[in-house]
Amino acid sequence: MATTRVLVVRAPGINCEEETAFAWQQAGAVTESIHVRRLIESPTSLDAFQIVTIPGGFSYGDDIASGRVLANQIRHGLGDALARFVERGGFVIGICNGFQVLVRLGLVPGPDAPAKATLTWNATGRYEARWVHLRAVVPHCPFLRMDELYHLPVAHGEGRIAIEEGEAGASRLAGANRIAMQYVSADGAAPTFPENPNGSIENAAALTDSTGRVLGLMPHPERNIFPCNPPVPTRDASPEIDGRPVHQGNRLFQNAIAALR
Amino acid sequence: MTVWRFQVTPKSGEEDPRGRRIRATLADFGVSIVRRVEASRLYLIELDADDSVPPRIADELLTDPVVETCRIAKQGDPLSSPDNGVAFEVYFKPGVMDNAANTTLRALHDMGIPAASVRTGYQYVITPGPTEADRLRIPRLIANDCIEEVHPGVRPITPPPTPPSYRFELRHVAIRSLDDDALRRLSRDGHLFLSLDEMQAIRSHFRSLEREPTDLELETLAQTWSEHCVHKTLKSAYVYRGAPMPGSKSDGDVEIRYDNLLADTIARATKELMAEGRGPECLSVFVDNAGIIGFDGEYGIAFKVETHNHPSAIEPYGGAATGAGGVIRDVLGCGLGAKPVANTDVFCVAHPDWPVDQVPKGVIHPKTVLKGIVSGVRDYGNCMGIPTVNGAVHFDPRYLGNPLVYCGCVGLIPRNRIEKAPQPGDAIVVLGGRTGRDGIHGATFSSAELTDTHEDEFGHAVQIGNPVEEKKVRDVVLFARDYRDVPDAASRCLFSSITDCGAGGLSSAIGEMAEKTGAIVDLDKVPLKYSGLRYDEIWISEAQERMVLSVPKSNVDALLALSANEDVEATVIGEFTNTGKLVVRYNGTTVGELDMHFLHDGIPKREKVAEWQPAPTDTTTTSPSAAVSTTGEPKFSNVSIPPMTNAESPVKLDASQHRDIFKTSPELKAMRDKLQAALSDPTVASKHWIIRQYDHEVQAGSAVKPLVGPGEGPGDAAVVKPRLNSSKGVVLGCGLAPDLADVDPYWMAIAAIDEAVRNCVCVGGDPKNMAILDNFCWPSSDDPHSLGALIRTCQACYDAAKAYGLPFISGKDSLNNVFSMSEGDAAMVQRVVDERYGAYSSRVRRQFARQPGKLGIPHTLLISAISVIDDVYKCIRSAPSVASGERYYVCFAGIVYRNGDDIPLHAAAKLHEAVAKAIRSGLVAAAHDLSDGGLLAALVEMGIGAGCSVDACGGTDIAFSEETNQRGLGYLLAHKVSGGAEGASEVLPGALQLLDREVSAIECTSSSAIGSYGGIGWLFRDGGPAMLLRDGEAVAPLEELRIAWRAPLDW
Repeated sequence: MATTRVLVVRAPGINCEEETAFAWQQAGAVTESIHVRRLIESPTSLDAFQIVTIPGGFSYGDDIASGRVLANQIRHGLGDALARFVERGGFVIGICNGFQVLVRLGLVPGPDAPAKATLTWNATGRYEARWVHLRAVVPHCPFLRMDELYHLPVAHGEGRIAIEEGEAGASRLAGANRIAMQYVSADGAAPTFPENPNGSIENAAALTDSTGRVLGLMPHPERNIFPCNPPVPTRDASPEIDGRPVHQGNRLFQNAIAALR
Repeated sequence: MTVWRFQVTPKSGEEDPRGRRIRATLADFGVSIVRRVEASRLYLIELDADDSVPPRIADELLTDPVVETCRIAKQGDPLSSPDNGVAFEVYFKPGVMDNAANTTLRALHDMGIPAASVRTGYQYVITPGPTEADRLRIPRLIANDCIEEVHPGVRPITPPPTPPSYRFELRHVAIRSLDDDALRRLSRDGHLFLSLDEMQAIRSHFRSLEREPTDLELETLAQTWSEHCVHKTLKSAYVYRGAPMPGSKSDGDVEIRYDNLLADTIARATKELMAEGRGPECLSVFVDNAGIIGFDGEYGIAFKVETHNHPSAIEPYGGAATGAGGVIRDVLGCGLGAKPVANTDVFCVAHPDWPVDQVPKGVIHPKTVLKGIVSGVRDYGNCMGIPTVNGAVHFDPRYLGNPLVYCGCVGLIPRNRIEKAPQPGDAIVVLGGRTGRDGIHGATFSSAELTDTHEDEFGHAVQIGNPVEEKKVRDVVLFARDYRDVPDAASRCLFSSITDCGAGGLSSAIGEMAEKTGAIVDLDKVPLKYSGLRYDEIWISEAQERMVLSVPKSNVDALLALSANEDVEATVIGEFTNTGKLVVRYNGTTVGELDMHFLHDGIPKREKVAEWQPAPTDTTTTSPSAAVSTTGEPKFSNVSIPPMTNAESPVKLDASQHRDIFKTSPELKAMRDKLQAALSDPTVASKHWIIRQYDHEVQAGSAVKPLVGPGEGPGDAAVVKPRLNSSKGVVLGCGLAPDLADVDPYWMAIAAIDEAVRNCVCVGGDPKNMAILDNFCWPSSDDPHSLGALIRTCQACYDAAKAYGLPFISGKDSLNNVFSMSEGDAAMVQRVVDERYGAYSSRVRRQFARQPGKLGIPHTLLISAISVIDDVYKCIRSAPSVASGERYYVCFAGIVYRNGDDIPLHAAAKLHEAVAKAIRSGLVAAAHDLSDGGLLAALVEMGIGAGCSVDACGGTDIAFSEETNQRGLGYLLAHKVSGGAEGASEVLPGALQLLDREVSAIECTSSSAIGSYGGIGWLFRDGGPAMLLRDGEAVAPLEELRIAWRAPLDW
C-alpha cells in the first residue's frame, strides 16, 4: 500500500507547522514542509502529494485581516493550482489560520456555494483560547465521519463564521452540506458562549466544499494528539458523551489517510 | 504619484469589536455619554496607477465583502465628516514602525501593483458628540501620544512625510577638560546615566590616550557600563551594617562584608551545590543569555526571565510585547540557539479600580496599563507560536508609576550546541529586522528615574515589535544551527556564536561577543528602515528582531542563501579580529576605537554601604493579600481526622434557605464575608481574563494548564512536554511576596522561593531536580536602606538555595523603579491610598516622608522555578475529578509561622521532598499550594476547580485559624476515600500514613509549628448544588464564591 504523502505549507507567521506535521506522521503519513515561496517557484511540486495542509498561525501577522495576505500571495503566485489539485482528487485541510486562508481563497465553502461565508472577529471581540466539543455534520468529507464527536482546543481572535444573509444564508449552506462541524455542549444542550467560543452562526466550526475534499476548521486537531493534552487527561479511559466516544484530534488525520487507501 | 485613501468599515449591523472596545475604555474613564463608537481602518496608499486600480485593491485585498464596506478617496478629494457624532483619526507618528503598512505594501507587490508607500490608521466616530471637556480628554484615551498622533475630525489626505537626509559629520565630546560638575551634567543631559566615578574613569582614560572620545565611544561605554548590561550594583563590594541575618547568633547590629555580592551569595550557592552534586545537572549558569539545565540525553533546557518595566510604563502594549520578544531572543541567542517552547509572564501593577481622575501627571492608569501589557504579551507570544503557560499578577499601589513586567522564555537546546565562541576572521552577520531610530537609549533609560516628563524625554526608547519577523528569524537560526548540506548528511552549525540585539543594540551585542577577540564593524552596511540615521544611532538603536551571528567565512554564502529562502535579511557588517580592539567605521572613517579591556574591565569598582533595620511595627498589620498575623499561638500539630457530618446526605437546601441561615448565624456570615473579600482581592482573584487570551496549547505539548478542572480553578504550576516524541516534561512555577519586604526582605525572598517550589511540587515537580531564577526589581540602587534590603535578599537566596538544594541558573535586575511626582500629586496619591487601600497607608506615607514626591516600588524579588520530570502522565492538578457520590479527604501539610519567627528552612525542604514523594507514589489525587488568600481560600479554590461541594471541618481550628488564613507555607492534599471518616481511617494505615510519618519525622526546632498532617475538609458531590459548608452547616453556595473570585478581573 502506498504511503500517503502530505504537504505542510510554511509561510511567514504560520507557526503550527511542526506539530501538524507530527500529527500526520503519527497517523501514518509521510510529510514534507515547504515554504510558500518554493511552491510559487515550482507549482508542480504539488503533484507529489495527496494532501495539502495549511497549518495555524498568524500569516503575515494577520495584518489587514486574518489569512488575507497569504491568500493573496497564493492566489497571485499559484493561480488555481490548489483548485486543480482538489479536482484531481487531492485533499486540502486548513486549520485555524489555514482555514482563514482557505476562506479568503474561496476554496470553502466553494465558488458554487449557495451563500458567501467569511471568518471575522469573535463575538467577544478578543482572542479566546479554550477547549470545545464538536460534532461532524456532513457525510461526504473524508476527514470526518458523520456524527463523530471531537474534543479540541480553539485559539483564535477571528473565528466567527459569518454568512451572507445571516440565518437564511446559513441554512442554505447547511442544506448544501457545507457546514462540516458544529460546536456542541458536553451535555447536549444548545451551545452558548463559551461552548460556542466565537458566536459563529449555526454554531458552525468548520466549512467544506461540494466535494468534501477541502476542509477548513477553527479548532486545532493537532493539539489533541497525546492523552495528556485534554484538560482532564485521558490516558486510561476514553471519554464519552451519551455512550458515544469523543475523539482526539488524531482521528481526523487517520480518517483522511484511511479514505485515500 | 497620488495618495489614495481607503476607509474600511464594518457593514451596518455587523460586529465592530474595536469600536466596542474603545467605547468600553471611554466608559471606564468617565466619558459615559458615548453610546456608540464606529471604528474604521484607514489605508493611505501612494500609487502611480490609473483609476481602475484602487477599486481592485479595495475588493481583492482590503475589504471582506460579507461584513465590510470600503470608501475610496483620492488626494485632493473633499472628505465628508460623519453625519452623526464626531470623528477622531489616529495615525502612527512618522518613523514609528507600522507593521500593517509594511505587510500591505508587500501584498500590493504580490498583486503586481507598484505602490510607493503605505500608511495605516484608524478612524473612530463617536456618537453622540462628546462635551468640549471630554473632546480634549479623548485623544489620550484612544491613543498613546508617545507613538501615535490623534487628529480631531477627518484628516485631509496628505503626501507621506519625507525622511530627513543625513550628512556625515564625526563628532567628538570634549571630556578631558571637564570638572566633576560638568561630568555629572554630561552624564544626565547626554542620557548616559553613569556615576561620577565612572565618568572620571572615562576622563582619565582619554586623558591618557591624549584625545577626546567620539560621541559613539562615549555611548558605547555608557551602554556597556549600564546597570542593564553589567549588573554593577549586584556585582559591587559591600559593607553591610544593621540587623543580623536570621539564624545568626548575634543579637546586636552586625557588620558583614561582601567582595562581590552576586558571586558571594547567589552564584556561590550554585557553585557549591554543583560541587556537592546536589540539584539538577547545570549545563550553563550565569555566563550566557539564559541558564541551561539537563533535560534528557540529547537536550538541555534553557530558561531566562527578563524585565521590561520602563518601556511598559510609557507604552504598555509595545513595552510588554518587546519584553516578550526580547526574552524570546535571549533564549534563541543562548548557546548556539535554543528553540523557544514556553513563555511565562508576571505583572505587578497598582489596583485597577484606582479613581480615574486621580492619576498623577505622567502616569498611565493601572487598568490601561494592565490591559496594554496583557495585549502586548498576548500578541507577541501567540503570534510567535509559543505557549504562554505560567504567571501571576500582583497588585500594590506602589506600582502606580512603575508597573513591573516580567517576561520569561523556556527553550530546548541540543547538548552539543551549548558552547560558543567567535573566531578571528569570522564574519559579523546581522540577521532579521532593519535598524531604525526606535528604542534608542533603552539600556541607560532603565537606570533613569521616571518623572512626569519622561514621556517627552524618552518617547524614542519605545520599540514596536514584529513577532512575524522574529518567527522567521527563529526559523533561520534553528535551520542554520542544524544545517544539513544534503538531506541525509549529519547536521552542522553554520555559525560559531550568536547573541541577540537587546538593550544597547549592536554596541552591546558586538561589544560582548568580541570581548575576547576584537572586531571591525562598518555601520554603513547595516540595513536601515529609512534614511537619516546618524552613525551613532545605528550603533545603539534597539530596533527589534535582530540577532548578531559570527559566521566562519566558508559558511557565509550558505547562511545568506538560507536566510534569503526564508525571506529574512542577513548582512555581513564586519568581522571579528584578534586585535583586542573594537573598531567602528562609517564609510571608511573610523568613528570609534575602544580597547576591549577598558570597555569590559575599566568600570571602577567601589565598596558600597548598605544598611538595614526592621521597620516600625505598624507595617506588620496585614495587607489584604499577605503578611502574617502577629498574634495567637499556632494551634495544631498531629491533628486527628475530622468526621464528616451527614456523610450520607450532607445538605440539600435551596438558595432561600441559605439566606435564612446567614441571617441567623452571624458567625457564618462573617466567615463568608471574609472569605469573599479574600477571594476577590485582585491578587488572589481569577486571572481567566488574561489566561484565556494566551494561547497555551500551541506546539501540542500542554500537559498541565493554568486553569484546571471543569470550574476553571487556579492551577499551581504549568507542565509542558517540549519534545513531541517523549513524555518527559518541564514544570514551571513562580513565587513572589513583595508585601513581606516591608517586614523583612530576607523573609520576602524565602517566601518567594518557597512558593515557587510549592507550586512546582503541587503538580508533580521534583524539588531535587529543580532550578530557580532571580529577578530583582528594586526602587533604587543608591540609597543604603535599599541596598541593605538587597543584601538581606541575596543572603536569603543563598541560605534557601543551600537548604533546598536549588541552584540559581540565571537572573536579571532592574534596580531603579521610583516615580517622581509633584507635591500636589503626591498628596493626592496618599489620599487615595488612605481612602481605598488602607493597608498600604503607612507604607506609602513612610516613603513620601523619606523622599518627598517619590513613590518607589516595594522590594520585589520574582523567583521562577523549573523542574524536569520523567513522565507528564504522573502529574496531578489542584482540582480532582470528583464524580457524583465520590468524596475526597483534604489534608494540610505545612508550616505555620508567626511574624518574627524564623521559617525553619531545613524543615521546609524536607516537607517539600515528603510531599513530592507522596505525589510520586500516586497517593495524592490533587494538590494545591497555600498562597496569598490563605488556607480556607485555597480549599475553596480546589472546590471551584472541581466544581463540587466543600466541607471545611472547623473542629480542628486549622481551617479558621488566623495563621493559616494568612500567607502560610504548606499544601492541601486531596485523597479519594470510600465511606466517611471510617473510610479515611481505613485508608490512613496504608497510603496516607507514609506521608504522615515522613512529615512527622521532620524536626522543627523553632517556635513555628509544622503541621504533621491534619485533615481539614472534604470535597464531595452529592447531586445537589455545590456548597461551602462548615462541619455540615451551609455557609454559601459555591457559585457565589466562584463569582466573587472571578468578578474582579472579568473584563
